[in-house]
Amino acid sequence: MKKIYLDYAATTPVDPRVFKAMRPYFSQKFGNTMSLHWQGRQAAKAVEKAREKIAKFIGADPEEIIFTSSATESNNLAIKGTAFAHKSEHKNHLIISPVEHDCVIASARWLEKQGFEITWLKVDKSGLIDLEHLKNSIKKNTLLVSVIHGNNEIGTVQDIAKIGEICQKNKVYFHTDASQSFGKIPIDVVKMKIDLLTASSHKIYGPKGAAILYINHQAKIEPIIHGGGHEKNLRSSTLNVPAIVGMGKAVEILQSEGKKENLRMIKLRDFLINKILTEIPGTHLNGHRKQRLCNNINITFSGVEGESLTMELDFQGIAVSSGSACSSRNLEPSHVLTAIGLMAEDAHGSLRISLGRWTTKEELIKTLKILKIVVKKLRTISPVAYEK
Amino acid sequence: MKNNTFYTKQTLKHFRHPHNYGMIKNPDGIGEAGNLICGDLMSLYIKVKKIPLKKGLVKEIIDDIKFKTYGCAAAIATSSVITDLVKGKTIEEALKISKNDIINILKGLPPIKVHCSVLAIDALNEAIYQYLIRNKKPIPEELQKTHKRIELGKKTIKKRYQDYLQSQRRAI
Repeated sequence: MKKIYLDYAATTPVDPRVFKAMRPYFSQKFGNTMSLHWQGRQAAKAVEKAREKIAKFIGADPEEIIFTSSATESNNLAIKGTAFAHKSEHKNHLIISPVEHDCVIASARWLEKQGFEITWLKVDKSGLIDLEHLKNSIKKNTLLVSVIHGNNEIGTVQDIAKIGEICQKNKVYFHTDASQSFGKIPIDVVKMKIDLLTASSHKIYGPKGAAILYINHQAKIEPIIHGGGHEKNLRSSTLNVPAIVGMGKAVEILQSEGKKENLRMIKLRDFLINKILTEIPGTHLNGHRKQRLCNNINITFSGVEGESLTMELDFQGIAVSSGSACSSRNLEPSHVLTAIGLMAEDAHGSLRISLGRWTTKEELIKTLKILKIVVKKLRTISPVAYEK
Repeated sequence: MKNNTFYTKQTLKHFRHPHNYGMIKNPDGIGEAGNLICGDLMSLYIKVKKIPLKKGLVKEIIDDIKFKTYGCAAAIATSSVITDLVKGKTIEEALKISKNDIINILKGLPPIKVHCSVLAIDALNEAIYQYLIRNKKPIPEELQKTHKRIELGKKTIKKRYQDYLQSQRRAI
């Protein structure tokens, strides 16, 4: 059975060109970037080359890029690091969107316990934040606004240039988690007035274990990992040189091929969305129809539970993911789907299909065919009617 | 069959090829358990056959049982197993079936999915409760307790979910 991977939003395979670029940095050029000798120097040089490529890609200065181990770490550093750096100035109010990744939500909730005040933004049915509510929420003691760029579950893309403008006008920091959008939507941190930006390597055909936090020169931030003073003393830890080299190469590929690749994906995405919505009854699309990540499809299949659907597809060799409560640790439906007002039963029946560099139209046609059979089978077992 | 470390081979088999799913026309009892809100919803339909014994006594056996379930793989697998366990048993025997009987047949369930097996037992108890009520038969004390617990549980889940929604709305 030929397997079909449609979970690129979870993680992507390492592009063979990236892997090739990384290879020398395991056993030959294995140095510690802090070492003064030739091994250390060549490792440091490779890291700086990657830093430059990534900085250029988002219109930043290489000095403003900090390497971390993951987007989760970058988001933690951005939010907690900013909060603690300004604690003595009585700036203890943060504004966070309710459709953030868990690591942003959990960081904000943790800060709440430390005495910080959090305002959760309103979002509409498509997951777009209410800009008026944002404007009205900014107070004298507001420090930071954090809004995810491209949503990891429903794919909705926020107008971050507008958010950046509002933040700059009100002199508050603007952080955006661009883990999903980085490489899919052009980002210019200067034009978009972004102070802090998170991006990850393993979502762009780079290896796991490398990510960045862009920190604007003007931003004041406190480290959360203390030690040997790496990364301008903002993130101590020996640098993961091969992974960073890989991330640099992954960005280089996106720089030259990204635009074409994303247009191809939009076509494939819309093809499958339209086919599912017209050929499978009792389905609807979650997230914004147009302001959407080029590779994200999130559809609710009424009367069918998401984990069952994901597993049936897995048996047929198709890898996708679900926002079902059954697959979550606390048996509660996804906070993103709840935030956009989905009824619990619709949140349980949602499926995320995410496309990538090696997705073909044939794969999508086969997926559609199997999806029809599987949905029909589960609806035969289900006591819940799906007709709308 | 593919290796899935989360569920046992037996669970996956029942999930993929469930036994006795569907509905029974004019069932003698319907048991519903779970709550769509928390994710799982199970309906069990039973048909009871009366077999005359000596001295005017009657033996009641569950002659047919079918299920309809909305839920995860564990919910579907436990539904399938309980129908196998119940078919042909007397009411008294069926009431003795426990969640561990189901889990044993499945050779284990992940801890977070154990509640699915409870759901199956609850649905069965509810179906029998309804049958006994309909036929104006005495309800064993234990079953009365179970029924009350399930009713209360349904309310609690609803309340819990309302609270959860509230906490989410606070965020909105």
